[in-house]
Amino acid sequence: MTDADRTFFEQEITGLLDRLYGAALRLAKNRADAEDLVAETVTKAWANFGSLHDRQCFRGWLFRILTNTFLSECRKTVPASIEALAEAQGEDDEPAFSLFDRLHQPFLLWWGNPEQEFLNKVLQQDLQKAVDALPEVFRVPVILSDLQGLSYQEIAETLGVPVGTVRSRLNRGRSQLQKALWQHAQEAGLKPAPATDEKPIHASQTGEHHERH
Amino acid sequence: MSDTKEIGCEEALHRLFEYLDRELDGARHAEMEQHLHTCRACYSRAEFEKRLKGRLGALGEEPAPPEFTNRIKNLLHRF
Repeated sequence: MTDADRTFFEQEITGLLDRLYGAALRLAKNRADAEDLVAETVTKAWANFGSLHDRQCFRGWLFRILTNTFLSECRKTVPASIEALAEAQGEDDEPAFSLFDRLHQPFLLWWGNPEQEFLNKVLQQDLQKAVDALPEVFRVPVILSDLQGLSYQEIAETLGVPVGTVRSRLNRGRSQLQKALWQHAQEAGLKPAPATDEKPIHASQTGEHHERH
Repeated sequence: MSDTKEIGCEEALHRLFEYLDRELDGARHAEMEQHLHTCRACYSRAEFEKRLKGRLGALGEEPAPPEFTNRIKNLLHRF
């Protein structure tokens, strides 16, 4: 390994450390395990750096090592469960849950914007809990796509599954995530009140908005 | 006259996440953009999903604690 290789590796790791740590936290769900996971990933990455031919792919390659290290650690304690496979294979035809559709109320004028209000009020901690609660089979692709911005192809290579499977797991993971956020919104009072109660109030508010605009 | 094919709301919603994930090819991406420029309902949905995705994206980066950063630095120096 040349000095230039070493410098490249160090710079990349240092630049990506907060991202690696962020992904590791959401995978492992606790700080101690996340730190060990990142340290092991960096060690493995250095040991295999010579096999990386295209350095443009460094980021995807590194996240692949991180994910596979996490998954193989998981397998030691929880064998690749039939439960997870059943979860992944089951009910693909189920319609996706849309948080937007639940929040969006057609009788409100567009500037009423309950979905905007939800996004303003929901806390990062609420989102984190919803991600953490996903079953691993959906949590991993959601972390790699929504949290880390990897392409479907990169995720497919990481998990060793076809791109179509990644698409399907992402759809179902996002659907479950939105369902959890909707339940949280209801419990925390972040959602608009039920339509039946609000109709008369909104009718008058609508009038007011019309006058203002 | 644009060559971009017009798509309906059903197709737009079907493609929405692939659009936001930048997974559509050029022509299909352009069809989505054209639809979102003309359909307020789909535009609102797309904006919501985009902002939610942005909020999730913020979870992907967590400042590494100083002691942990030192641990990684020490590790790198040993290589």
